[in-house]
Amino acid sequence: MSSTPTSTPATPETGTARVKRGMAEQLKGGVIMDVVTPEQAKIAEDAGAVAVMALERVPADIRKDGGVARMSDPDMIEGIIGAVSIPVMAKSRIGHFVEAQVLQALGVDYIDESEVLTPADEVNHSDKFAFTTPFVCGATNLGEALRRIAEGAAMIRSKGEAGTGNVVEAVRHLRQIRSEIGRLRALDHNELYAAAKDLRAPYELVKEVADLGKLPVVLFSAGGVATPADAALMRQLGAEGVFVGSGIFKSGDPATRAAAIVKATTFYDDPKIIAEVSRGLGEAMVGINCDTLPETERYANRGW
Amino acid sequence: MSSASPVIGVLALQGDVREHLAALRAAGAEARPVRRPEELAEAGGLVVPGGESTTIAKLAAAFGLLEPLRARVRAGMPAYGSCAGMILLADKILDGGDGQETVGGIDMTVRRNAFGRQNESFEAAVDVAGVGGGPVEGVFIRAPWVESTGAGVEVLAEHAGHPVAVRQGALLATSFHPELTGDHRLHALFVEMARGGAAGHR
Repeated sequence: MSSTPTSTPATPETGTARVKRGMAEQLKGGVIMDVVTPEQAKIAEDAGAVAVMALERVPADIRKDGGVARMSDPDMIEGIIGAVSIPVMAKSRIGHFVEAQVLQALGVDYIDESEVLTPADEVNHSDKFAFTTPFVCGATNLGEALRRIAEGAAMIRSKGEAGTGNVVEAVRHLRQIRSEIGRLRALDHNELYAAAKDLRAPYELVKEVADLGKLPVVLFSAGGVATPADAALMRQLGAEGVFVGSGIFKSGDPATRAAAIVKATTFYDDPKIIAEVSRGLGEAMVGINCDTLPETERYANRGW
Repeated sequence: MSSASPVIGVLALQGDVREHLAALRAAGAEARPVRRPEELAEAGGLVVPGGESTTIAKLAAAFGLLEPLRARVRAGMPAYGSCAGMILLADKILDGGDGQETVGGIDMTVRRNAFGRQNESFEAAVDVAGVGGGPVEGVFIRAPWVESTGAGVEVLAEHAGHPVAVRQGALLATSFHPELTGDHRLHALFVEMARGGAAGHR
């Protein structure tokens, strides 16, 4: 496992852990926005997004429509790649490594192996070391985050509960990950082996987290962010940046709301600025109360 | 004021700010994040980090930093930009976003994402003039290159026939990200430049 990148190769080398993880470092402090058309991608770029996530349907519509949710149409992804100059991400189903191969062939900059799409494998996630394109994966707790990193994920995000406009699950996941890291920090080194067993994660990664006091990759928040204050909340809770899905293009004034969320993500610790950018945004997405969601419609339960 | 430990700001609107702060501190500087005009005023030098250049430029304009940045750079403040930071320190850019603004200062034209998309991002050893001890670890991520330079610009390094590290007076820029490596020699070079700058503008 190449968890600690070391010396530079003499001949240029692509797809190294350092360029994969380093790409995510460049996104820090930024907002990654779900878009379904080239026009939306332009609005996101003009609002200051650091990247866009190209999708056929935003999670709120995936919930409404039901059925199997799959990778987006390559034409639609290429249209979005052609429309903007910022990085473009796209989602594959969990364990659907052929969808991931297709996304790599299309030239997307990051692949999100996402629980928002219908899982293709209920046991295995994709082997992410097999790809040049880096992967971001969702997690609800530290063990899950470390299992994804062990499979080659170069960036982690909270799962939250996508498409609800309700930040409660993202808060739960981020707090869970952060408190478990805090607990590891307090352990004696003899106790880390048992901790690794409890976390169902490789000892080397558990040790690395205990030493660093953070994940060895960038940690973003995702799932349910709908307002500038939601984005700032996630950052104050330790997220290094924010994914916003349905919250922007399911709102009354997407361009204004998108720009406001970007500003609040940068000045997440300045309530005056958050107040200023929160004025006059029009209707937020209506949202869903997560405790009324049936178990089968909870995307965060997908992935293992 | 030839301070032993110059205060160097890192533009902290977006990007890999923490890594630059750590590299500057390892190179002996006092380093602070800069998000507001009053924080910029307290800095004796500035690093513009890696990140998304369109986002950083928009936030700098929205929060009243773009004009103060231009004024400070014109007045001789030492500055170093890596990747997105190189784009922001360029007088002219190619393949920018619509109407993308820069701070400018280095008489060069920089092509954004010139080395390609993320699948083409790479690591390679880079020999940098003025940096002793062998090549530096070059981490190139959707990296820009320098397309052309004016007479006052010194090319410090090239990769695949394109300039990837340049210096003009107190301004330094690299296409690659030394902040993502444990190698702090470029930051040490910049801290030295900032000490010289603080001693008296040439």
